[in-house]
Amino acid sequence: MDELTTSQIALRAVVVGLIVTFAVITGFAYTTLLERKLLARLQARIGPNRAGYLPIPRRGKSELRLLGGIMQPAADAVKLFFKEDPTPAQADKPVYFLAPMLTVIPAILILAVIPWAGPFKLGNLDFSPYFAIAPGVNVGVLFVLAITSIGVYGIALAGWASNSKYAVLGGIRTTAQMISYELSLGLSVLPPIMLANSMDLGEIVNAQSTLWFVFLNPLAALIFYIGALAELQRSPFDLLEAEQELSAGYVVEYGGMRFGMFFMAEYMKMISLSAIAAVLFFGGYRGPFVDQVPALGFVYIILKIFLSLCLMIWIRASMPRFRYDQLMQFGWKVLFPLAIASFIATGIGIVLFG
Amino acid sequence: MGNPILFIILAVIAVAAALMMITSRNAVHAALFLIVNFMTVAVFYLLLKAPFVAMVQVTVYAGAIMVLFLFVIMLLGAEKLQGVNYRTLFGRVVIGLLGLALIVTFALALLGVFGPAGVEAATIPPLDADPAALGIRLFEAYVLPFQITAVLLLVAAIGVVVLRPRNKGEKAE
Repeated sequence: MDELTTSQIALRAVVVGLIVTFAVITGFAYTTLLERKLLARLQARIGPNRAGYLPIPRRGKSELRLLGGIMQPAADAVKLFFKEDPTPAQADKPVYFLAPMLTVIPAILILAVIPWAGPFKLGNLDFSPYFAIAPGVNVGVLFVLAITSIGVYGIALAGWASNSKYAVLGGIRTTAQMISYELSLGLSVLPPIMLANSMDLGEIVNAQSTLWFVFLNPLAALIFYIGALAELQRSPFDLLEAEQELSAGYVVEYGGMRFGMFFMAEYMKMISLSAIAAVLFFGGYRGPFVDQVPALGFVYIILKIFLSLCLMIWIRASMPRFRYDQLMQFGWKVLFPLAIASFIATGIGIVLFG
Repeated sequence: MGNPILFIILAVIAVAAALMMITSRNAVHAALFLIVNFMTVAVFYLLLKAPFVAMVQVTVYAGAIMVLFLFVIMLLGAEKLQGVNYRTLFGRVVIGLLGLALIVTFALALLGVFGPAGVEAATIPPLDADPAALGIRLFEAYVLPFQITAVLLLVAAIGVVVLRPRNKGEKAE
């Protein structure tokens, strides 16, 4: 591989960055639709099916409407943009305006290190060692942990700055939950690092060319997934917005597109954490014939992300919410020791069989 | 140290954030300015080609310690507390003396009274940007300081568990 000049690296980062960011924003829009449709089906409803459809005329009968609701995300976006955007009189205004941005920025930043496909060349652009905004970052996993750990600020500050009881309670719950589950999440990424002998996400993917790490350490994969759900504040860990107790928790005082930004951050994080789960435990962009046709890498990783998103929605449809004390008990007394055990077991395994 | 313009911009942000942190009346705002300061320090580490230290700086300081600070401030409502009034005669004298001591210490250090500065740092060869090199350095050359730090942290953790305030009716183990 030839050494790239700084300007080439910068150009590649801009090109890939634009592609990935737009793809993930589109992905976010359709993840909301996927969630509404799938959740509806799981609850024996139909879900949104009016906004946009593909009419197929049939002889003698009314037309067949395919892909009902395909324009729903666009309609939602237009609605959010034109809604009133109130500011509470007692809010801490600078922090109140800053909080939605602080939530979205980390959600986008994580995308920087995710490998989307293997190395390939397109004209003058050389996507090696793999297709990512910043490929070859040798602290990639740490970068992911660092960014997820600052992701809590947006939510906690939104709760505090709104100056509302429900919002503050939501913010405090989030902070406590994030601190507790971050430990298990951080420990559960250690086995893939140890098995791949690298913190570069691309190297971790390459190390799984024969066997996915989920088969070598399924416990760590499970802990990572649970920890990711807790970081995402998704059901069953959605105590921060528990409707019955806190009306909507941290977002209760937000409206219009400001609320939309929190929504956007949640779904973008769902996509990026699913991608990271795929990279760490499910072989990332690897799959049959990916070495011959690198473009297949996009298909494989998108398929893995899609399955993970469906699993998250399925969990939301079937699990009741944790009680706060159960949340803490589970995080500290079950998940944390298990995470330590899984990482010690990996170490022993490497020494014995490695 | 990379690009001098980048360094100056970052230095201005870091110092401004530190000053704002000290002068802001609201505890939450002070915490936020401290986070800005920590983040700029992390970028300094990146400029020094130490990505591992930079990421650890963000994860540990900005991501864990400051979250805990913010949690306590929010939980206690400490941002609304009135500060202690230091502007009495006694307060001014104490503040003046402490400030003077700090300036004198810095001046003496700069003049080289405590021995020539920079010798220790210069004898250590520069670290590779690779985290593996850092790990090898930590577990070979510096394994004893590393273990002493670990024991210290363990003692602190056990100490917190033992000394924590107990609920009524709960027995000390």
